[in-house]
Amino acid sequence: MSSAVATPHAPAGTPLTKKILTADHPTWCPGCGDFAVLASFYRVLEKLQYPHEKIVTFAGIGCSSRFPYFVNTHGGHFIHGRALPFAAGISLGNDELHVFVFGGDGDGFSIGGNHLTHTARKNVRLTYVIMDNSVYGLTKKQTSPTSPIGFKSKTDPWGAIDQPINPMRTLLNSGATFVARSHATQVNHMTEMMLRAARHDGFSVVEILSECVEFFEGAFDAAVPRKGGTWTLIDEKKNDHSPEDAQRHDPTDEVAAFKLAGQAWPGAFGVFYENKSRATKNALEADLIRKAKERTKGAADLALLQSTFAKMR
Amino acid sequence: MVSPNTPETPGGTERSSVAPRSIKDVVIRLAGNSQDGIQAVGGFLARLAGRSEQDVMTYMTIPSTISGGPSIFQVRMGTGDILSAGDRADMLVAFYQHSYDAHVSSLRPGGVLLYDSDHVKPVEEDRRFTSVACPITSATVEALGGTAKDKGKNMFVLGLIARIFDLDVAKLTTLIRERFAGKNEDIVRNALLGFDAGYAWPQNNLRDLFYRFEAIDQAVARSGRPQITLDGNSAIAYGFIAAGVRYGAGYPITPWSSIMETLRTELPKYGGIFVQCEDEIASISTALGFSYTGSVAITGSAGPGLSLKMEALSWATMAEMPIVVVNVQRGGPSTGMPTNVEQSDLMQAIYGSHGDTPRVVLAPKNVEDCFYTAMEAVRIAREYSTPVLLLTDQGLSSRIEAFDEPDLPKLMIDAKVDRSERSADFKPYPLDRVTRHAPAGSRIASGKYPTVTGLEHDELGHPTGSPKLHAQMNAKRREKIKALAATLPAPEHSGEAEGDVLLVTWGSNWGPGREALARVQAAGIKGGHMHIRHVHPLPNGLEAVFARYRRIVVAELNDEGVYGFGQLALMLRARLANPAIVSVCKTDGLTFKVSELVAGIARHIGHAALLESVGTARPSPLAAR
Repeated sequence: MSSAVATPHAPAGTPLTKKILTADHPTWCPGCGDFAVLASFYRVLEKLQYPHEKIVTFAGIGCSSRFPYFVNTHGGHFIHGRALPFAAGISLGNDELHVFVFGGDGDGFSIGGNHLTHTARKNVRLTYVIMDNSVYGLTKKQTSPTSPIGFKSKTDPWGAIDQPINPMRTLLNSGATFVARSHATQVNHMTEMMLRAARHDGFSVVEILSECVEFFEGAFDAAVPRKGGTWTLIDEKKNDHSPEDAQRHDPTDEVAAFKLAGQAWPGAFGVFYENKSRATKNALEADLIRKAKERTKGAADLALLQSTFAKMR
Repeated sequence: MVSPNTPETPGGTERSSVAPRSIKDVVIRLAGNSQDGIQAVGGFLARLAGRSEQDVMTYMTIPSTISGGPSIFQVRMGTGDILSAGDRADMLVAFYQHSYDAHVSSLRPGGVLLYDSDHVKPVEEDRRFTSVACPITSATVEALGGTAKDKGKNMFVLGLIARIFDLDVAKLTTLIRERFAGKNEDIVRNALLGFDAGYAWPQNNLRDLFYRFEAIDQAVARSGRPQITLDGNSAIAYGFIAAGVRYGAGYPITPWSSIMETLRTELPKYGGIFVQCEDEIASISTALGFSYTGSVAITGSAGPGLSLKMEALSWATMAEMPIVVVNVQRGGPSTGMPTNVEQSDLMQAIYGSHGDTPRVVLAPKNVEDCFYTAMEAVRIAREYSTPVLLLTDQGLSSRIEAFDEPDLPKLMIDAKVDRSERSADFKPYPLDRVTRHAPAGSRIASGKYPTVTGLEHDELGHPTGSPKLHAQMNAKRREKIKALAATLPAPEHSGEAEGDVLLVTWGSNWGPGREALARVQAAGIKGGHMHIRHVHPLPNGLEAVFARYRRIVVAELNDEGVYGFGQLALMLRARLANPAIVSVCKTDGLTFKVSELVAGIARHIGHAALLESVGTARPSPLAAR
């Protein structure tokens, strides 16, 4: 709990540091992957240096969704699975804000699955970070939509039997315009992915495999070299006309992205897809407003409503 | 008055030379199919009345099928206050046999049955009405030429009605031209041809069916502003705009959709955004996100959608986030009767969410009040940082009324978002004050940024498990709603201040309630009528008023339930512990007829003579003398 006796706001122009951005002490279990995501997010904000008051951190429900309490920015904690439509309201309601949404695999792929699809297809400008631990942790070990077949949970004591979601395919299919994947043990990579997501003009999403040490220990070891796993980075096209460049991944190529998404576990990490040309909903709505104002010659609100009523006489 | 193309009077043909008879008001029911354009006729009549400073009220049923099917439009117009759409019709225009079969019983004795003799064969020996056989279909085809088929029958009927009731043809033709402005000139020409043919028809075919509305009493004070004519859903949408609402979100559902359609089209002109969401939950979530940026937003639905919004509404109470949620009530439970009226969502509106969620529920009484209640809902949401539910109904949503144009220069709210820097002692959830959120974008002098949250929290928004704080915060959220109750005006109360019976209504039952009181008083019974717009929290001081009557009859369009009381009656009994409170309930999907209210009152106070009088149909003022 922070003290009610506050230190004064750093004057405008003072660089944002981790010290300024730190709020409540995280409630996560020792060893939780989410600590590293939080640490990386501080670094992202340190690099971006947005005006402090224009950063918004929002979340739904779950272990990861406690995130906003630990970041000293405007923000909040909404209901399970619905953080995205709430955040869409924030982004569209004030275009100057930088909106970050944090959530888990239950929030994003299960109860909020429909919202993920529609916020993505509308390309609302915001950044969504899914901290995927492949288990319901806050409710103490039930099968999640990304739990692999055979995972023993309290709801599947004999091992999970349902086909899990493939997050990358789901995200690509939803129409998200920036799709990346990272791992909580790779702080530099996570930071880079979140940074690129934040700079993307549109709906950007980063899935971060973040281990729940309490209920699904070792879930993502297959991608951790010091545990005998393989860490495969996506080699992005450099457009340098070199012969090896032809073999590299083109993030604007949706079919190639789907191919990557279909690789065997643990798959590759990096930017799967990036579409810089599709207009954001923010821009499209602004355009509707501009056209409407052109038609009404920018009439004042009172005059507009008066003229509407005059037509009803 | 001269018809735009007065037909020459054929020699030797009998023609009307009778002076029109004066009437106060008339109820005309048009019965046909939904594609016949009878709503358009009703709309023209309603707008004409509005332009003539006459009062008007309409009542419409549309089938819930996609296209086609029986449809009616009832319009009551006349001089003086029109409070309800009328129990029974003075004139029935029957387009088809099924229209005649289904609606002839709605005609008052002595009323006029005007039927399309091309389609309808009425019961010959029925002498209760003045029957007029008019070949509406063939006359329309003849007037418009072969290619038009029978499109335009509605305009023919409008012409007929205009002639019979001596309506202002110049104003009507202007309305027709305005309505079709920008369309193909042929359409305007056909509409006017149909109208003229209908207007000319009575001249040569009717002997004694000409009426004129009484002159308007110039002594009755008017605002001096012109009348406007619109439906309840539009009035709500424009009320929001006047209240400064610039953001909203919704999902289509009957009968709410037209509010979102209007706002989607209108808000961009005002620099705003209305988002059509993927579902009901996303709609309220997006609206709450808009509110979080500092501008009270709206969402809405009908009963089933409101159920889906309940979890987020509970969050809004906990997070003290202002929002207005419209619920256009329809017949339930479940999909129920989506195009019929009911008032069965009151308890859902007040108590539907999990946890203790004190919130505000307002119900407009008529179309005009839809505008003002929408404005009030936004003001309360803003001032008390609370969710407010606006509980209207299917009857109000589509009903057209004429009323004095709101005084916009006085009323318009310029709702600027306050993103000024908040002082170092800023707290999002102070225990001793109403919450005033600092919208994202506002600097906080302390450098400590607030979290809005659905977890129980301390004054700074940090999660807490403290038993003491949960009790204190619950009390805070309750006390602000009680503080609002203390500011509410006493409900509208007419009739005697004490006596045998007090009729209590809410929502769209206001008009029939007022008329019922007049009937009760005319029978020599001492009675009053109270109408409650603020259904939650209830205004203070009802105890004293209720104590002055022997019986309190609460009339509402919902079921009497397991305990024998309607939903408001149950609330009132719980609030006031007054055993004199009884219920008149019904769930036939239709608005209250005045006679149903009078009969209900008569039963509750044991008045046999009054009950008997209800059974006797009063003759229509159109009856032949």
